[in-house]
Amino acid sequence: MEAMYAFFMDTAGMDEMAAHITVAVIMATIMFIVMALCAIIFTWMERKVAGFLQSRYGPMRTGRWHGWAQAVADMLKILGKEDIIPAEADKPYFIFAPLLVLLGSLLAWAAIPWAPGFVAADLDLGLFYIFAVTSLVVLGILMAGWASNNKWALYGAARGAAQMVSYEIPLLLATIPVVLYTGSLNTQDIVIAQQGGVLNWFVFRDPFLFIAFWMYFIASIAETNRGPFDMPETESELVAGYHTEYTGMRFAFFFLAEYANLFLVSMIAVMVFLGGWWSPIPGLDFAPAACFVVKGVLMVFLNMWVRWTLPRVRVDQLMHLCWKVMIPVTLVCVVGAGIWMMASGAVG
Amino acid sequence: MLEKYLPVLLVLAVAMIFAAVFLGLSFWLGPRRPNAQKNSTYECGIPVRGSTHIRFFVRFFLVAIFFLLFDLEAVFLYPWVLLFQPMLAAGQGIFALAEMGVFVLVLVVGFVYVWRKGGLEWQ
Repeated sequence: MEAMYAFFMDTAGMDEMAAHITVAVIMATIMFIVMALCAIIFTWMERKVAGFLQSRYGPMRTGRWHGWAQAVADMLKILGKEDIIPAEADKPYFIFAPLLVLLGSLLAWAAIPWAPGFVAADLDLGLFYIFAVTSLVVLGILMAGWASNNKWALYGAARGAAQMVSYEIPLLLATIPVVLYTGSLNTQDIVIAQQGGVLNWFVFRDPFLFIAFWMYFIASIAETNRGPFDMPETESELVAGYHTEYTGMRFAFFFLAEYANLFLVSMIAVMVFLGGWWSPIPGLDFAPAACFVVKGVLMVFLNMWVRWTLPRVRVDQLMHLCWKVMIPVTLVCVVGAGIWMMASGAVG
Repeated sequence: MLEKYLPVLLVLAVAMIFAAVFLGLSFWLGPRRPNAQKNSTYECGIPVRGSTHIRFFVRFFLVAIFFLLFDLEAVFLYPWVLLFQPMLAAGQGIFALAEMGVFVLVLVVGFVYVWRKGGLEWQ
């Protein structure tokens, strides 16, 4: 980032404002391309992982080697599909909803620190900002369900909204113990505080943080509406949930947003609990961005493993887990981490 | 201060542009042959029965209300969390913990009340 500013200001002769805007536009473009690539790679990965977990191969033909081009072919096919807007639909909302879901997730990507200094929006309220903008996704889903004017979509949207807002509370509470240690919400500060090997990562700092990490992980699966918590899209009951009426590119936006969100929550887990760009062994930090991405992909893999292993839960079990188990446990974690910090005298 | 949020606005703009490009591409490449059957609301093949804006299970509204309360609680915890270290360094750790303890206690009392009243049951 510093190098980019220097380049645009000194070599290209821009003033500070122009350099800022240019760098921001470049970062935003990179974010969008990375996000689209992620969606393509993770769809393929999901199908391969699902295949191997179920003792089959998954896609094998497109592109010869293990069907690597399957997701690309799907994307191209979707581009040539008809965009159907049902006659009964509430047009403006119907059109706007997929964009809102996509934006909510992409805006949060802006505050992810990939490497030291390499973050699109270096905000002092970074973590808070991420959770704030991801709430847009809930709005988008409700909007899609309501505007479709379809019973399946409406049920799916109501379930999705109830689930996502419920699990947002343990998600928020689980990250609070970490902020206790860092004393800052800036995403880079949070990562920098974890320097010095695997034992300095926040998961292993104290037992409450360890529990908080797993609470975060469970809540993040529910936040992304993935199995075993994929109530909003239960194909055996609700056809496809809130995107039943969507076709072509608009459906692809929901799909893109789902995988973007999956990677987003994995990256937040890496950033907050798993040491961000630091490598597990101190002193081996020659490729911070690669380290960050590898950890993120491992978290995504864990997510897929859970999805294709556990059966779907019922709605009442889902709500029970959130309100009666996870919220009390995360509250205990917040208070416990505070007491632990004071007792052990650990600061920073 | 606010110029730090400039990248956020630009990310928004770039995302909008890309989304418009992709929508435009699909508009240009895709067929458009609408008919009454295709544009009708999907209800597994049968004609739509009654209004689609049906009555809702009241629990959904309760969840929304509880969410408001607890989300606000989490939001109020953030300033405390940011101040905890300075207070710890100033030797006011017990005071900081007690302050938050009272706040959480008030909430826990409400939480237990809702739980005992059966507000968290999904039946």
